Amino acid sequence: MNKAVLDFEKPIFELESKISEMRQYADKLDIADEITRLERKVKKLKESVYGDLTRWQKVQLARHPERPYTLDYIYLMASDFIELHGDRQCKDDKSIVGGFAKIDEHKVMIIGHQKGRDTKSNVYRNFGMPNPEGYRKALRLMKLAEKFNRPVITMLDTPGAYPGLEAEQRGQAEAIARNLLEMSRLKVPVIVVIIGEGASGGALGIGVGDRILMLENCWYSVISPESCSSILWKSWDFKEQAAEALRLTAPDLLQQKIIDRIVPEPLGGAHTNYEAAAKNLKTAILEELNQLLKLKTEKLLDLRFSKFAKMGVWHE
Amino acid sequence: MAWFKRSKENIASDSTKLELPDGLWEKCPGCGEIIHKKQLEMNFWTCTKCEHHFRIGSSEYISILFDKNSFRENDRKMRSADPLGFVDSKKYSDRVNETMKKTGLSDAVRTGTGKIEGREVSFACMDFSFIGGSMGSVVGEKISRAIDRAYRHRIPMIIISASGGARMMEGAYSLMQMAKTSSRLARLAEEGIPYFSILTDPTTGGTTASYAMLGDINIAEPKALIGFAGPRVIKQTIGKELPEGFQSSEFLLENGFIDLIVQRKDLRSKLVSLIDFCK
Ligand SMILES: [Zn+2]
Repeated sequence: MNKAVLDFEKPIFELESKISEMRQYADKLDIADEITRLERKVKKLKESVYGDLTRWQKVQLARHPERPYTLDYIYLMASDFIELHGDRQCKDDKSIVGGFAKIDEHKVMIIGHQKGRDTKSNVYRNFGMPNPEGYRKALRLMKLAEKFNRPVITMLDTPGAYPGLEAEQRGQAEAIARNLLEMSRLKVPVIVVIIGEGASGGALGIGVGDRILMLENCWYSVISPESCSSILWKSWDFKEQAAEALRLTAPDLLQQKIIDRIVPEPLGGAHTNYEAAAKNLKTAILEELNQLLKLKTEKLLDLRFSKFAKMGVWHE
Repeated sequence: MAWFKRSKENIASDSTKLELPDGLWEKCPGCGEIIHKKQLEMNFWTCTKCEHHFRIGSSEYISILFDKNSFRENDRKMRSADPLGFVDSKKYSDRVNETMKKTGLSDAVRTGTGKIEGREVSFACMDFSFIGGSMGSVVGEKISRAIDRAYRHRIPMIIISASGGARMMEGAYSLMQMAKTSSRLARLAEEGIPYFSILTDPTTGGTTASYAMLGDINIAEPKALIGFAGPRVIKQTIGKELPEGFQSSEFLLENGFIDLIVQRKDLRSKLVSLIDFCK
């Protein structure tokens, strides 16, 4: 298998390959102690590497090609998923998926950006970059959930809304704006989870809710580090500095009071253990959902309103 | 968000604004006509020859729209706090201070209440000259409070947009202003209070993708650039030239996202009629 390995993962990957190679000879040679020693070493190495990632390295992890996507989480966390398609106006945008599902006993609507794994599926999913139809499909499904009183869970993972000719022609800006307005008043609990890349308006377009959760190794900001670098530094080479300046990681956003909760990932990132990542996410969603379900609709909407009203920092 | 850069490039190209020696004359970017500033002002800062709409700021719009001495500005003291301690080629705090000095403005929007032919309205007008009219915490908060005033006093809300989008130097805080202002507008709409959005050149990015597109009535000035992504980014994406007039007011009208295009000289009277229909 051709594994995708990031630069800073290489020493870990090499050590792990060595260990699995040694295991093949373990019954012939007396190297069990040596294997144990190396395993301890790899654990230590992982703790030091992943415990001290730069913001740019976290951006890379958030984009890891083996990272679990919306549909992976749906299949691992939920049951009885029925995918629903189309915006009823124009088409079915494949970069946003959604449908009814059960998380334990809760019947919910799950909606999320969806990326592909290889060239073919990435073209099919438009690299997780929605056109206006995607946002309108999402809104249709949210309204459906509201009608049948089902909580909504959205998963954000996009490099941005698609900057194409037809996207503009069909009202990309209007579609996102409409979702912000409608989501702020949706009469059911809305839990938002950033599971990968949260790039600007394209992410926020399905990102207004009562609770904003974020997996440990994700980024969420007004612009990608690369684009920020190209605009403010007038060169693509300052992405690391831009990532630092934008303060775009989960701990940053928790401190800025923009997200409510960080969902821990298994050591090494969600891609190293899908089941563990999904289990953590499911636990967090259920805890939040159980709290939100206790609130009367009016209270829920008041709290959602004041949550966003508080965001921002200024002097006066 | 490269629309930001593109907007800046636009300023550069638009500053064929060629100041003649005595500073009293301006050259029209549309047709090249040299026009005296007094004449330009009398003509609502539009070209006497080709009707090109010059980019103007909040002071000019206030003088065009409001009854004499009726406009009361709010939240004048609100200032950017540089919440991220953002530094690129220069410190964001320095950038803000320099821009304040240069423009005499406190941020990229001015808000308040006033009367348009006796009709009380809540008003917000963006200034593109302030860091590309970008929306950070101050813009988001001032606009939100202006919407609150419309809500409390049950008076119409008018926002004039001119913006490259959300302000990068405040990171996710800027992004959240889109959600914040939109949720205010949602509440306003539930009360049946009208909101008129006026889109001027240019209105792009997060500003278009929030309050600018959410008017009960969306009005654009002629030939304004209005869009989500900037033309340069789209050109890169599709790898070919953009069609003539793409992302212009007229293009948006044709595609169904603008209710009407109004010449600046007619803006006041048109707003009066619309307010009376929506009361
Ligand atoms: Zn002219």
